[in-house]
Order: sequence, then structure tokens, then C-alpha cells
Amino acid sequence: MKLRTLTSMKLGAALAAAMTVTAVPASATECIAPSNPGGGWDFTCRTIGRVLGELGLVEGNVQVTNMAGGVGAVAFAMVAAERPADEDLIVATSTVGVTQMAQGRYPAPLETMRYLAMLGADVGVIAVDNDSPIMTLADLTAAMAADPSALVTGGSSGAGGWDHIRLLMVADATGTEDLSAIRWVQFDGGTDAVTQMMGGQIAVVSTDMGEIAGFVESGDIRVLAALSDEPIPAFPDIPTAISQGVDVTGYNWRGLYTGGQVSDEAYNAWVERLETLYNSDNWQEAATSAGLVPIWRGGAEFEAFVRDQAAIMEQISRDIGVIQ
Amino acid sequence: MEVLSLIGSGFLVALTPLNIGLLLMGCFVGTLLGALPGLGPVNGVAVLIPLTFAFGFDPTSSLILLCAVYFGCMYGGRISSILLNIPGDEPAIMTTLDGYPMAVQGQAANALAISGVASFVGATIAVIGLSLFAPVLARAAIHFGPADYFALYILAFATIGGIAGVDPRKTLLSALIGLMLATVGIDPISGVPRYTMDNFHLYDGIQPIVALVGLFAISEILLLLEKSAKDRPKAIKVDRWMPQWSAIWPTRWAMLRGSGVGFVAGVLPGAGASLGSFMAYVFEKQKSNGKGTFGKGDPRGVAAPESGNNAAAGGALIPMLSLGVPGSGTTAVLLAMLISLNVQPGPLLFERQPDLVWGLVASLYLANIALLILNLPMIGIFTRLMMTPTWALMPVVAAVTFVGVYGISNSIFDLELMVFFGIIGYIMRKLDISLVPLVLGLLLGGDMERALRRAMSISDGDWSILIASPISITLYVLTVGFLALSVWLAVRDHKQTQAERLTEG
Repeated sequence: MKLRTLTSMKLGAALAAAMTVTAVPASATECIAPSNPGGGWDFTCRTIGRVLGELGLVEGNVQVTNMAGGVGAVAFAMVAAERPADEDLIVATSTVGVTQMAQGRYPAPLETMRYLAMLGADVGVIAVDNDSPIMTLADLTAAMAADPSALVTGGSSGAGGWDHIRLLMVADATGTEDLSAIRWVQFDGGTDAVTQMMGGQIAVVSTDMGEIAGFVESGDIRVLAALSDEPIPAFPDIPTAISQGVDVTGYNWRGLYTGGQVSDEAYNAWVERLETLYNSDNWQEAATSAGLVPIWRGGAEFEAFVRDQAAIMEQISRDIGVIQ
Repeated sequence: MEVLSLIGSGFLVALTPLNIGLLLMGCFVGTLLGALPGLGPVNGVAVLIPLTFAFGFDPTSSLILLCAVYFGCMYGGRISSILLNIPGDEPAIMTTLDGYPMAVQGQAANALAISGVASFVGATIAVIGLSLFAPVLARAAIHFGPADYFALYILAFATIGGIAGVDPRKTLLSALIGLMLATVGIDPISGVPRYTMDNFHLYDGIQPIVALVGLFAISEILLLLEKSAKDRPKAIKVDRWMPQWSAIWPTRWAMLRGSGVGFVAGVLPGAGASLGSFMAYVFEKQKSNGKGTFGKGDPRGVAAPESGNNAAAGGALIPMLSLGVPGSGTTAVLLAMLISLNVQPGPLLFERQPDLVWGLVASLYLANIALLILNLPMIGIFTRLMMTPTWALMPVVAAVTFVGVYGISNSIFDLELMVFFGIIGYIMRKLDISLVPLVLGLLLGGDMERALRRAMSISDGDWSILIASPISITLYVLTVGFLALSVWLAVRDHKQTQAERLTEG
């Protein structure tokens, strides 16, 4: 009996070990999602990994490793220190990551890494409850300009995060003087913020469209503006901020970086591979169904874009007092 | 009656050979993962997601598999709590309080059976609640604002002093250490790192599972090392291999009460299974601890938290499916999987994808029955495990915990942290301070702080928001009533014992 129970414990241990091995790759292509399973970065890695495999762009499967910590800082530090020249390694990032870098919250500057491409973006939206007296973006901005502290706003990021900054960009463009007087409440996700708005705790939500699309379709909330250049394909009736005379866009793009010492040859090969992936039906379908708008920027163009965005972000953060 | 026909159609979905096969596999894997310390539902679900993609299962089958794993873990977590005094996962922590003493007294088989049946009762009540009232409950839960959550956590922490140990001061000390540890990491509201010592690994705070495994499992090993080879502890005596029905039946009301408390905690997004089992335990203790048997192997102290955590796990599916708000780490993973399979959880899910919702509900009924059948005969096997000498068992446990914790985060730092907590746990045990309140403080403290901070952000710093809603006022009244009752009971017992002494003297 003793022997049998011991054997079953060993089997358990072996099973556990085998499962852990599946999470740690030996030499195959690896995509690090710097978050726990379930976030946007996890989706980026898992979907890109799956499509790369389906299209035969990599040998075998892409291993997805979750390395949560510091809104991406832990993975960034690890790649910088241990795997700067690993040509089989890609890491998911997004506007949220660049916001962190711009505010100096990563252990090394932006230039430590090489940025490969963005493949899609979630569109920022400003929404109110269906019963709210605020009917248009103009109503909202007028109310905020008159008394910045009158309305309670919220979203899925903390103060100085991307959801907050996007809202402040709108307020700033429409004549609100004291941006720091606007009340901002952090929630754990867009749906959390929306349900709290439906429960009457807050008045306005600023977050990504993808997460809260269900509430828009059900008519529980009213989207005042989409922060995109063109209307969102799935919701053509929602007006953009630009069409209402407020020149603000706020995409949350999804993309990838690789180590800073990866050779030009490997870097270019990755960009080429990702462009093939971007143009495939598999990716277009996967991205659209997850509520993303497929957008391509790759290689040197993307590098320049990331630098520009970080510079803008740093300026806004300074203006609103998030960083000194 | 519409619900019955919907559930009926759900059973047609659930009873396909593929779905039944996935269900059984999920139940088995889940129980095993739950039972192994350090491995829990998040590991299980995260590991199986790529598998569901690889086999190209449709969303319904994938969800059935993963929910079976989730439910299985909730069943399995109790096993090592009872046999080894090491919780298999976070919600199983309350089960150590009375489950392990029962095992030490030779009642391991009964403790396992009671907790198995309690898990079944809790989970089944939750699934019935899910099938009858999901949309209504979800709509009610959104009126629970940050100030109300804060009041709920106040109620929870007001009861913490009474949960374990002889000396309430030591219990409070332990809880306060837990609350302090909960503040480590980036403050989510302002983005400022706190107590991180510039170490990026601490930016996300201390993962409760790492602390839990270190405190319980590693300290157990250290205690074992301390004893010399000659002084080896005798194996725990086992009175009988199989449980008795007469031991299970008296706990029926404890199970039902625990299920009710746990279910409410589960339905509230942001509360979850740990709070469910904790509240279920303290309420049961308050209600039934007339003779002071809780903490010394009272069967009701096993029944209440186990029915509570399973009811909460089932209840947490309600906000996930009908609002798209995950109530726990595991439901967050499930949610992400649904979204990547092009299913949008939220207010329209029940109308748009009735097959998925009702197929899942029917599967959960089946999973519960499967888990009960799976768990009862396995009791004999698990009780025999108690015969394994500790010197052989504990190294295996240690290996599993290291593998499990590394598997979650791929981080050596977490292993070091786990050993650090093992040393803390060893010291605390030497000082006779209960470890349970520390883990509860760490688990619930972060949520409690965020609720308070959100309420303060909403009111722009005006504290009166905390007592501005009928819900929070009700909760504070309950808290005061609970504390008053505790004091009254303590005074009464004290007088009684004095009176007894007088008559004896």
C-alpha cells in the first residue's frame, strides 16, 4: 500500500513537472506575454503564436511564456539582461507598455529594445450610462470645462495610465483648465468600470472598445466618441471625436519587440514574417473577432512611431503632473 | 418552466460523447491539481488553454473542460489541507483549521467525506442559483459600489480575531502582518511602487500562493528537519479507511449555511472563493461553537468552509458570464479564453449563445456528480497516504511545491520568496502564532485597500461616502452586532467557567 501511494505521489510530481516543461521552451520560438494569462498581451502572444504556426512561418509551435510583473517591467529587465541577442524571442507590448517606458517606470530606456511591428489596435472610447443626461461629447466637454470636478470618471488604468491620459487629452483639447481636478477612479478592467457606471458609482468611462462591446450592443451604455481616425468597422454609427471637432485619437495598439542586440538580418526576417501574418485572413479574422482594428506599422517606420508616441506621452504626463 | 426546457436543451449539448469525455478528464485533472500544494486552478486552466486551441474544440466544449478543471480544483484543494495541514490552494486554507485536527484524531476518512459532500452541496446550490437567477443576480450585484465592498471587508476583518488560535492578540498580529504584506508592490491607483526596494519582481506584489506554500509547506519541512532521526514522529493513527454516514449527516445544516454565505460572496465580482470560505467558517463558528470545539476538529468547521468555497466558485461564474467581469484569477483566464474564441461574455450572452450557457450549466451539474463519485472512493486511497512516513512524504511535497510555484511565474525570485516565507512560517509556528490570518490578510487586504481608495477617489476625499449607502450601513450594523455578540458570548462563557469553578471549589 505504501508503495502504491508513493508511486501515485511520484506520478503527480511527474505530471506537474511535465506540465511545467510545456511552459518553458528549449529552443523553439518563444513569445513572452509580460502578464498573467488572460490579459491583452497574453492574447497577442497566443494569437500571433497560433497564426505563425498555422501559416508555417515558424518551425513547430510558438511557446507562450507568461512573465507578469511591473506592467511589463520584469520581462523587459530579463530580456535586457539575459537574452538581448536571442533571435527566437519576441515579446508582446502595447501603448500601455510604452506609457510605462515614457514615464520612466521600466529599468532601462526605450532604446534598449528593437521594436518589430504593430498588428492591430483597440480603439479608445468615452462612454456614459444609457440613462445619463449627457447626450453628446460636446455636453460632456462643456460640463468638464465648467467644473472639472463635477463628474466622476474612471477606467481600467490608474492615474497617469493610458485610459486616464486619453480622457485628459480630450478635456485638454476642449478647454478644461485644471486637468488635475478631474476625479479619476481606477478599476481592474473596462467591464468592471462599466458595471460600476451602470450601478451609478461613476458617470463617465474611458477605456478600450474591445472589452466593453457587449454593453454597447445591449444598449446599456452610450458611447459618446470613438478616439479613432475612422469609425470602428463593427460600430459605424458611433461618431469619432474628430468628426465632432475634437482632434484626439487614442489607440491601444498591440505589437512586439525583440532584444536590442538581435542582428539586422534576424530583425528584418521577423518584420517580413509578421507582415505576411498581418496580411493573412487568419490574423484579420482573429483580430477583428477580438474587437481589434487591424493596423500595420513595421520595421523602421514602427521604431520611429514608438519613439514619437513615447515623447508625446512623456510630455502629457509632465503636463498633468504624473511625472516631475 | 422555461428554465427547465433551457436546461433540458443544455443536457443535449452536454451529453455528447466528446463533452462527457472532456468533463471527466477535467474533473480528474482538476482534483489532482487542487490536491497538490502550489498547483491550482490558474495553472490547470492556463495549461489546458493551448490544448483546447490545438484540438480545435468549439467554445462550448472548451468551456466545459476548463470549468470542470476549475470545479475539480475546488474539490481537490481540501485533500492536502486535511491530510498534511498544507492548503492545496488559497480557498482551502480555512479547511486546515478543523480538517487537520480531525485527521490527527484518526478521523481523516470522515473529514474527507464531509468535505467532499460539502463541496458537492455548495457547488450544486451555486449551479442551481446560476441556472435560475443569473441575470437577475448580476443586475443586483452592480449596485455594490466601492464603499460597500469596503464595508464587506470590514465585516470580514472584524471577525478575523476569532478564527484561530488561543490568544486573539497573536491572531490579530498575524492578520496585521498579512495586511502589511498586501501593500507591497505598485499601487494600482497612483502607479507608485511601495516597499519594492527597487526590485522589479516585487512590483506586482507578493503572490498569495507563493506566501501560502512557503508558510505552510516549507515551514512544515523545516519543523521536520529539526526533529532528530530517532525522535521521528509516529504516523498518524487511522481509525478506519472508509467514512461513516453517521458522521456526515449531522453537518447538513452547516453545509447549507456555508453554501448560502459562499454563494453571495461569489456573486459579488471582486469578492471570490477565499472570502466565501472564510465568511462561511466564521459564521458557522459564531453560530455553533457552543462547546468551544471549533479549531479542535469540529466536523462543522470542515463542512462550512468547503461548501462555502465551492458555492463561491460557482457563484463567480455569474458575473463572469452575464457581465463579463471576472471575480477571480481563474475566471479572468476563462474570460480571456472565451473572448479569444469569439464569444463575448456580457449582457447579451444568454440571448445570443444559449447553447453555450445552458450546455455549460448542464455540464456543471454533471461535473458535480462526477466529482462526488470520483472523490468518495478515492478517500480510502488518500487515507492510506497518512501511513506514508513523513520522511518519505515531505520531500515529494517539497518537490511538487517548487515545481508548482515555478510553473506559475517562471521566476526564481518567487522560489526564493517562498523559502523566505517558509522561514517566517517556522518562526511563527515556534511562537504559536496561527498562519491562517496572515494569508487572509494578504489575500483580502489588497482588495480592501483598493475598495477604500476607489471610494475616496469618487468622493474626492470625503469620508462620509463610506456610510452613504444603505448596503454599507447594513454591513456596518452587522459588523457591530457580530462583535457585540462575540463579546457577550465571551463574557457569558467566562462567568460560566467561574461559576463551575466555584461549585467545584
